[in-house]
Amino acid sequence: MADTNHKQVSVAEFFEKNRHLLGFNNPAKALLTSVKEAVDNSLDACESAKILPEIFVKIQEMGENRYKLIVEDNGPGLPKKVLAKAFGSLLFGSKFRSTGGKQGRGQQGIGISAVIMYGQLTTGKPAIIISKTAKEKQARHHKLHIDIKTNEPDIVESTSKDWTKDHGTRIEVIMEGKITKAKQSPYEFIKQTAVVNPHADMEYIDHEGKKHKFPRVSNKLPKAAKEQKPHPHGVEFGIFKRMSKSTSARSVKSFLTKDFDKVGSGTANAILKAAEIDGRTMPKLLDDDQIHSIHKSIAEAKIMNPSTDCLSPIGNEALAKSLESEYDLEFVKSVTRRPTVYRGFPFQVEVAIGYGGELDAEGSVTMNRFANKVPLLYEEGSCAITKAIKGISWRSYGLSNSSGSMPTGPAIIVVHIASVWVPFTSESKAAVSNYPNISKELKLAIQECARSLQQYVKRKQRAGLEEEKRKKFRGYSSEVAIAVAKLISNESYKIAKKDIDKTAEPIQEKLLATAETMYASGKEIDEGEEENDE
Amino acid sequence: MTNSKKDIIAKLKKIGEQLEKTIKENDNPEITMPVRTLTNAYFDEKDKLIRLGDKRQSRTFFNVGQSRKFMQTVLIAAQIKELLEQDKPSISTRQLYYILKHTIEGLKENTFEDQAESDPVIEDLEVAADSLREELGLEPTPKGVFCGPITYKDVRTGDEINCRKMGTAGAAIPANVEPTAMEFQKSEAKFVLVVEKFAVWNILNQMKFWDKHKCILLTGKGQGERSARRLVSRLNKELKLPVYVFCDFDPYGYYIYSVYKQGSINLAHFSERAGCPDAKYIGLKYDDIEKYKIPKTNWIKMNDQDMKRLKEIQNYDWFKKKEWQKEIEKVKKWGWKVESDSLVSLGIEFMGEKYLPRVIKEADFLD
Repeated sequence: MADTNHKQVSVAEFFEKNRHLLGFNNPAKALLTSVKEAVDNSLDACESAKILPEIFVKIQEMGENRYKLIVEDNGPGLPKKVLAKAFGSLLFGSKFRSTGGKQGRGQQGIGISAVIMYGQLTTGKPAIIISKTAKEKQARHHKLHIDIKTNEPDIVESTSKDWTKDHGTRIEVIMEGKITKAKQSPYEFIKQTAVVNPHADMEYIDHEGKKHKFPRVSNKLPKAAKEQKPHPHGVEFGIFKRMSKSTSARSVKSFLTKDFDKVGSGTANAILKAAEIDGRTMPKLLDDDQIHSIHKSIAEAKIMNPSTDCLSPIGNEALAKSLESEYDLEFVKSVTRRPTVYRGFPFQVEVAIGYGGELDAEGSVTMNRFANKVPLLYEEGSCAITKAIKGISWRSYGLSNSSGSMPTGPAIIVVHIASVWVPFTSESKAAVSNYPNISKELKLAIQECARSLQQYVKRKQRAGLEEEKRKKFRGYSSEVAIAVAKLISNESYKIAKKDIDKTAEPIQEKLLATAETMYASGKEIDEGEEENDE
Repeated sequence: MTNSKKDIIAKLKKIGEQLEKTIKENDNPEITMPVRTLTNAYFDEKDKLIRLGDKRQSRTFFNVGQSRKFMQTVLIAAQIKELLEQDKPSISTRQLYYILKHTIEGLKENTFEDQAESDPVIEDLEVAADSLREELGLEPTPKGVFCGPITYKDVRTGDEINCRKMGTAGAAIPANVEPTAMEFQKSEAKFVLVVEKFAVWNILNQMKFWDKHKCILLTGKGQGERSARRLVSRLNKELKLPVYVFCDFDPYGYYIYSVYKQGSINLAHFSERAGCPDAKYIGLKYDDIEKYKIPKTNWIKMNDQDMKRLKEIQNYDWFKKKEWQKEIEKVKKWGWKVESDSLVSLGIEFMGEKYLPRVIKEADFLD
């Protein structure tokens, strides 16, 4: 397997040289990316084993710009066979595939081992992995490095110890890092993660030893995403070619019907007829031109949209509930759109808008972007979600904005896009690309929430006006009462203020009582026009 | 009809009592007053005055659009009553605004935000109490001057003012020219000459035109304000002096003349006391241009706005007389205007020695 080996070596070396592409540009971002990869891993592990996640994160200061990251979960634990490899080898793992599959957080599986490698590169310290499956009596402790040349785990020490947990995994990595207070802090990431994972129970101890709890809001595990064959419309030529070479199908026709989603016998016949290929041909024997013409006729063929049960949305109720538990809000509206498709990939958009309460009334609204339940904290400006929000005329929805900028007002907008394959603008997976279908869905979902917001804001304004009106009448009543008292008294200038007040009091009481009966009878104090004085 | 202080106090008190009664009956308190807009001003053909019609409006408290103004009206009424009861010096409308301006308890607003809010309410109260501002103890800022063979007594100070000896400055028109404040005494005047421009008045005064022709020479410095108009009206009615008005030869000059004569729309309630229905327009007139060969260099082309104003004036009921319609038609066709100042190009004394004496002698007026 010299070929594979060579490929793996280059992956590890590639990381060493190009870590900025994977989100390890600078100490602050690297620490955050590490938290993210570890938490993603834990959540995915729990969910695939149908376990309600309990996740513990701790960042411990170890010296100047040096931190120990600890992430522990109650996932199924990793069997002895794969444990070292799962953490100590880049691109290992069930998540790595190029087409189809199911919705997952990491999507590429480069994640956790990259964290270990980053720690190793910046501090030289080995990572500690502790894992236990329910079947095992003791937990396995590994201290390991990644061998950059071979992309193999290099286990420094391996022991078995008792663990209080029945099952789970814990990882400790020491790395160079920096804590920012801004929007891109680990705290913000964990808080946002809690919002979109209402079924997870999370606890975070920050570098100052402060404990933050994000309790579970929903005991329902999200609908499990199903494995799915790739939809032909989402498969690019190179991948299509590779699939044709490695398929176990004996004929082109069965290659199409068995390896792809939504391709039945009729569809396959139509595709092959248009491509002028005999369906009985062995896939391995197709030449490049033939593969090309099949791929081309697939693009032109009418094929049913992909099945969407490979998606796992948060669900609008859970999303709303979760947002309410993380923020003190007056109003929440959430929407989960029906799944739809871009370029053959199913995707689904969810939006929640929260309003009022603790939110800042003056500044820009808070925007939380998520892809497959993972917060996106960087590259805000180039993200389709940001663009969709900026493209809406918020003025008509109860917030204010100048065109092309973020709206301002006491609101939080949470946008989640779930997909088998979220199209990111770059490898660091921080911004969603602007595909027309995605932009359209985003816009519709945001607008649907915005309409409810508008109604709420309007109602609130009306109630506010009503109260304002009462206040005004109260204030005016006292002025009028005193003036009338002066008018009806002889030589009022000689009368002491308290005696004028005494005369005024019953007059004011009457005025207020009259105002109240008018309100009570529902007889709006008529909004008569201003008289026309010139 | 003039009101004494007592009358006004009684009127204001009555307004207060009416309000109290309505309030105690749990009803919506209101103050009614004549409408003071063009829609309710009309030209009284018989008396030749612009008058206020019968249309009344009511200002109520329990009305979102009116409650603030209602409050302001009552505040002003109460304050005026207090000032009148105390026999204090008259104040200006601006001073009244300052007396009443304060922050309303529990609100972030003031009773009045600026004088532009209080001034119209004062005019409302004038008509609501069927009275004049001067009677309410509020005085406008006068700007006119006059002189001539007359002496008057300033009642409040007791000074006797001899308008024959006022020098080049002339006598300032007092803020309050009501009989209760200004008593006419010895007079040899035979008519009143009102000129629009101070510069014209200034030449005529220096020439002692008023002494030679035994007239009261007065200028309102442009549009005549309340006290100038009221003074001219009193001279006309009480001393039976004819009134002649000399203005610029343009639509605005026409209007200034007409305000002295019939009153204005805005102060239609004031016309009765400030109008001089038999006042005459001296000029300039269209025929004068030809008659005196006023050089073309003195003419000014009328612009669109001038033309528009001229057409408006032609449509006013009080300019419907044949002679005016003919005059305006001619001017419209001609398309120019001439300032009275420009007549000095025919000689500094031209106006005082030639033009005015001839027009007055020949009664070459427009009426």
